[in-house]
Amino acid sequence: MPVAHRAPKPESPPRARPAAPSSPWRHRLDRTVSPYAYVAPFFLLFAAFGVFPLIYTAWVSLHDWNLLSSANPFVGLDNYGRLFSDGYFWNAAFNTLSIGVLSAVPQLALALVLAHLLNRPLRAQTLFRITLLLPNVTSVVAVVVIFSQLFGRDFGLVNALLDLVGIDRVYWQADVASSHVAIAIMIMWRWTGYNALIYLAAMQAVPREIYEAATIDGASAARQLWSVTIPMIRPTVIFTVIVTTIGSMQIIAEPLLFGAQVSNGAATTGGTDRQFQTLALYLYEKGFRSFEFGYASAAAWVMFLLVVVVVGFNYLLVRRMRGGLDV
Amino acid sequence: MRSRPKHPLAYLTLLAVAFFSAFPVYWSVIVASHDNAAMAEMPPPLLPGGNFLANVSRVFDTAPFALALVNSFVVAGTITVSVTFFSTLAGFAFAKLRFRGRGALLLLTVVTMMVPTQLGIIPLYMLMIKLEWTGKLYAVIVPALVNAFGVFFMTQYLGRALPTELLEAGRIDGCGTWRLFRHIVVPAARPAAAVLGMLTFMTAWNDYFWPLVVLTPDDPTVQVALSQLASGYVRDFTLGLTGTAVATLPLVLVFVLLGKQIIGGIMQGAVKG
Repeated sequence: MPVAHRAPKPESPPRARPAAPSSPWRHRLDRTVSPYAYVAPFFLLFAAFGVFPLIYTAWVSLHDWNLLSSANPFVGLDNYGRLFSDGYFWNAAFNTLSIGVLSAVPQLALALVLAHLLNRPLRAQTLFRITLLLPNVTSVVAVVVIFSQLFGRDFGLVNALLDLVGIDRVYWQADVASSHVAIAIMIMWRWTGYNALIYLAAMQAVPREIYEAATIDGASAARQLWSVTIPMIRPTVIFTVIVTTIGSMQIIAEPLLFGAQVSNGAATTGGTDRQFQTLALYLYEKGFRSFEFGYASAAAWVMFLLVVVVVGFNYLLVRRMRGGLDV
Repeated sequence: MRSRPKHPLAYLTLLAVAFFSAFPVYWSVIVASHDNAAMAEMPPPLLPGGNFLANVSRVFDTAPFALALVNSFVVAGTITVSVTFFSTLAGFAFAKLRFRGRGALLLLTVVTMMVPTQLGIIPLYMLMIKLEWTGKLYAVIVPALVNAFGVFFMTQYLGRALPTELLEAGRIDGCGTWRLFRHIVVPAARPAAAVLGMLTFMTAWNDYFWPLVVLTPDDPTVQVALSQLASGYVRDFTLGLTGTAVATLPLVLVFVLLGKQIIGGIMQGAVKG
């Protein structure tokens, strides 16, 4: 090791005991202060650019705050009142939940199955893993650009295939259901493999003997996944459910860019009839198109509460889903 | 040892999923290497064509793509160096140094990963106006200089891979904490730092929403330029997917070459200590 080859500092006697260095005061200072100094950059940065804006959002939301106006009068809860009576807000809330459920549930279920399949001696194990994670390396913009082409009305491959089997072509951006499905597929495509690898990592820590015992007891592979694996990796399942839920509540780039394929105007509104405008996109429209900072902040703060509620709900749901170890 | 023919269904399923995972990326190459007329034909071409370079030059003519590539290299490069450095530093402290509040602070670090910070975007933008950073790369770089994932990742790795005796030996030789970090921790952290660096570079390279909000269309990052290219009234899919290929393929190539290490890194980061 490099340090072993270095001569000790001149002022310190060689082989001094750690408790008795040459300059005890400086040494003590180094020992007490250094750890805090080393972890401080993260906490300072997070306080400045993470926590502070989030909290300040609550303050801004109580004002009629506009980018261009010089005065920002205090208006109490007016913004919230307007928000709750705005049909577009509720529409966005519905879209967010719909796209969230459509993308998250199949995504995590498929990820579990894939991890289960990968959790055995297979050939080309690494190749499979790399291919599964490939979508996660492509950027969200690339994903939407590619899938918008695939879901194109006139020249899209998906519609060409539908034609081939005799199903009517779909104008994917036009309807609530079809646009939600298309967006959910993009999200699933990007995240399923990633979650599968997270599950696989957790599954590899489950002792082999439990599976051997289950096999001797005659449990099928599907039964083993449900009754052994899932209970054993439950902390990881809870973790992914929470992270995926938080991600789902903040979906924005997919609807924004999917709408941009229709027209520039349809980008921030999430389709011509707001059929796929999510809450985050609604926030973006109010904040960065009409620059109503106060109003948009109220929307952000309500979204924050919604995230907490939905995450809490999902957490309780997953916690209750116990398969039990007795196969 | 189980032999291969025992899992035909597993192979079939994985092959199908692998196909669906890889196909869209392959498809972007197909579209990017043909002209629009060829893509309108039925059935569409399934092999790469010869039009790629012509499309690429169109991409560079349509959007400030060259500038965007340089910007993204600056942004992602700076963030990568900084995240790797500060995460190793903090990871060392959390994994190997003793101090009051260590457990609580580490827990806090993990919890911050679950804070939906995107919801603070309005005050963050107002802050950038105050700092006069809007339209400048600082606005994208500075908030990303270190993150909870990196700190947690390096804490996990150093806790496992760095022998405490080595540090004690260094202390006996009279090393201060900073010298321990430079001469013992940094060499030991190198494999994990490389993985963290690659993951960070990818994330920064792919970041879209915040650069879209805070940068201007004429001085963008590559993802923002790409979204300009692919939206609007002109329905030019070839252009959009060529841009996608230019912006994505370098990353995909690196990933395929170093995928094994990157995947190992993601899976290590996933196992909670």
